Amino acid sequence: MTTEVKNLKGSSLARSKVQQQVINSLQKRHRQEKLFRGAGVTAVAISLLLVVLLFVNIFSKGLPAFWQHAIKVDIYFDPAVVQIAEKPVQQADESDNDFRQRDLEWRSSVGMINFNRLILDGLNKVIPDGQAHRRDLQRVVTSGERFAIRDMVINDPSVIGTTKSLYLLTDANIDVWLKGNIDRSLSDAQQQLSPKMREWVESLKAQGIIQNRFSFALFMNPDSRSSLASAGLAGAFMGSLYMMLVVIVLAIPMGVAAAIYLEEFAPKNKLTDLVEVNINNLAAVPSIVFGLLGASIFIGWFNLPMSAPVVGGLVLTLMTLPTVIIATRSTLKAIPPSIRQAALGLGASKSQAVFHHVLPLAIPGILTGSIIGVAQALGESAPLLLIGMKSFVASVPTSAMEQSTALPVQIYLWQGNELRNFFEARTSAAIIVLLALMLSLNSLAIWLRKRYEVRW
Amino acid sequence: MNMKTFAKLALVSAVSLSFAVTAQATRDTIQIAGSSTVLPFSSIAAEEFGNNFAQFKTPVVGSGGSGGGLRQFCQGVGTNTIDIANSSRAIRPAELEACKANGVNQVVEVKIGYDGIVFASRVDAGTFALQPVHVFLAQAAKVPQNGKMVDNPYKRWSEIDKSLPDQAILLAIPGSNHGTREVYEEKVIIDGCKTLPEVQAMSSDVQNQFCLAMRTDGSVVEIAGDYTETLARLQAQKDAVGVFGLSFYESNRDRIKVATVGGVVPTVDNIIAGTYPVARPLFFYVKGEHIGVIPGLQQFAEYFISDATSGEGSPLEAAGLIPLSDDERAEVLATIRSKKVL
Repeated sequence: MTTEVKNLKGSSLARSKVQQQVINSLQKRHRQEKLFRGAGVTAVAISLLLVVLLFVNIFSKGLPAFWQHAIKVDIYFDPAVVQIAEKPVQQADESDNDFRQRDLEWRSSVGMINFNRLILDGLNKVIPDGQAHRRDLQRVVTSGERFAIRDMVINDPSVIGTTKSLYLLTDANIDVWLKGNIDRSLSDAQQQLSPKMREWVESLKAQGIIQNRFSFALFMNPDSRSSLASAGLAGAFMGSLYMMLVVIVLAIPMGVAAAIYLEEFAPKNKLTDLVEVNINNLAAVPSIVFGLLGASIFIGWFNLPMSAPVVGGLVLTLMTLPTVIIATRSTLKAIPPSIRQAALGLGASKSQAVFHHVLPLAIPGILTGSIIGVAQALGESAPLLLIGMKSFVASVPTSAMEQSTALPVQIYLWQGNELRNFFEARTSAAIIVLLALMLSLNSLAIWLRKRYEVRW
Repeated sequence: MNMKTFAKLALVSAVSLSFAVTAQATRDTIQIAGSSTVLPFSSIAAEEFGNNFAQFKTPVVGSGGSGGGLRQFCQGVGTNTIDIANSSRAIRPAELEACKANGVNQVVEVKIGYDGIVFASRVDAGTFALQPVHVFLAQAAKVPQNGKMVDNPYKRWSEIDKSLPDQAILLAIPGSNHGTREVYEEKVIIDGCKTLPEVQAMSSDVQNQFCLAMRTDGSVVEIAGDYTETLARLQAQKDAVGVFGLSFYESNRDRIKVATVGGVVPTVDNIIAGTYPVARPLFFYVKGEHIGVIPGLQQFAEYFISDATSGEGSPLEAAGLIPLSDDERAEVLATIRSKKVL
């Protein structure tokens, strides 16, 4: 265009023609730019819309599940019902083992007591016609609460003979009814609660005896199937925690060491190229493949226990390792060579240059990469399904070798529970908890990066 | 981070890795896997067991379908194999052989109760009064017409029988990994198929093969997951008819309604009376080699079938299990106590 303009200099007619051409093409270029901007804005808007849709959907379903209906019952620890021997105390001349044996026997004997009777007696005081409908009355409080009352007695036998006002979780179907998660206009045959129970529940709610309270059960209890209303995330949370500990202890040191060696010490030849390509490949391997590997190697050969966080942690370590290596290497690459050269120039050895000068500057980047890797591992579920972590576990694990589930798998398990009306909300609540954990890990990573970032 | 701390970190990780590898701890938790129909019952029994027996840990219950559970069960003897396989059908001779080939010689069969299989559609879809032959005609690859076998022409239920709703045929049946599938085929498909005179005329060795051949035009969907997946299918497609366990239906009565089979409504009473045709016993299989090795295994099996756990008015009955009769219960208990193997 410019040469054309030069050649035509002097001719006013030609100039106006050129101007016309420029004006024409200018319009076209502006149009193209507008189109591109429009497309960009649309793309951003669509993705935002989808995020909003996802969050609105999950939060609208899940938030109500953080509150749960509980009934206020005055429990009289009737000495005629709760007849127990004295709580064993360890004697000076007694071995730990003997004491544990005696304690277990005592606990078993306490477990034989019918604590349900205490609950029913308490309910009779607030439900006058309860005796006439005993089957319904037994379903008002969720069945797991009798163990909560038993544990109160075990922890402190002095409660016997006293009356305590307790909030006991109601049956899952009562919660469903009161929250309106079941269509109230359906016929009796399609309802889970009998007409009598619905009448009780409505009147108790109106009297304020049944209240919608914050659900500590969701956080303090392990999963439950015999007492659906008391199903919680504690077991899954501890399982995930143990797995993350294994990942942090194994993947981060190994990944950082491998990255430092490859980046700073390893000779550049065909072999290291091959290693590099393979590490990148490993990062692209679908996570379920690691699950298969874990099932056959860690469980099949090393005889590690099934469904244990230690196996999950090892599998997730394999998955996180390439992420950590790649993140560390790129951080090391970004540190200017002048730092190394200055150190070497002052007589430092290669490893002194790396460990005294390069690595401290790289730590914020390494931490960021590691945290993002761990957050990824926290949300991973596919490999865990293959190593047996999708089992139903009704206890909180006390070590990494004990059977457990993990948070993402718990979501999957609750999604499959047959009482859909109750567990749809519960599942979304579990998703919110997992999302909150992931977001806080990611914000920690961002904060670390901002806080310790070094500009060159 | 200097060289020293780095070396320490490396040491810690190496130690923990070797710890992880060498720790072949003897397991003290009972491991269960298998049928998703039995899973809720087994989970409840496990939880109650853990709550009532302070000296034993709560058993861990996995799913995977009856076939999957029995395959895991028969992998061998040792702490890295499961102790109990839940199954919604009896163990097959081939599976028992696989068990024996892997050293599992003591397989103790425990019957826990009964369960009905129901056909259900969405509450806002048509109401079905099915006969087994209707289901056969809906899913078969070839059906007899005018004396000839032709590719299944039926697109709508009303084409099979005027009494059925005028809606497209879409049948969601359990995948072959489920024990429910076997009972469904045996009690519905084959029974329905053999009522046809054209099939009765066939020689008996080709009958079953003919009856079980399924159409492949998308009208029949096999669900490999659990009943929730079947329910999701019904929620997505109004016309779909799904196969569920009776207890699952009971928990979701507000979303789905059941079809009668042979004119009988599937209820607990009808199943106990034997009038509802599609019912089956549920089992679990205990690995005899593990009794006495895994703490509480024998006690768990006995606790599971005790009257308090799975009898009348028990938590398992409330969850939808149809209890054993007293005679059957006594017989099963004797089997466990004497460790009678298959």
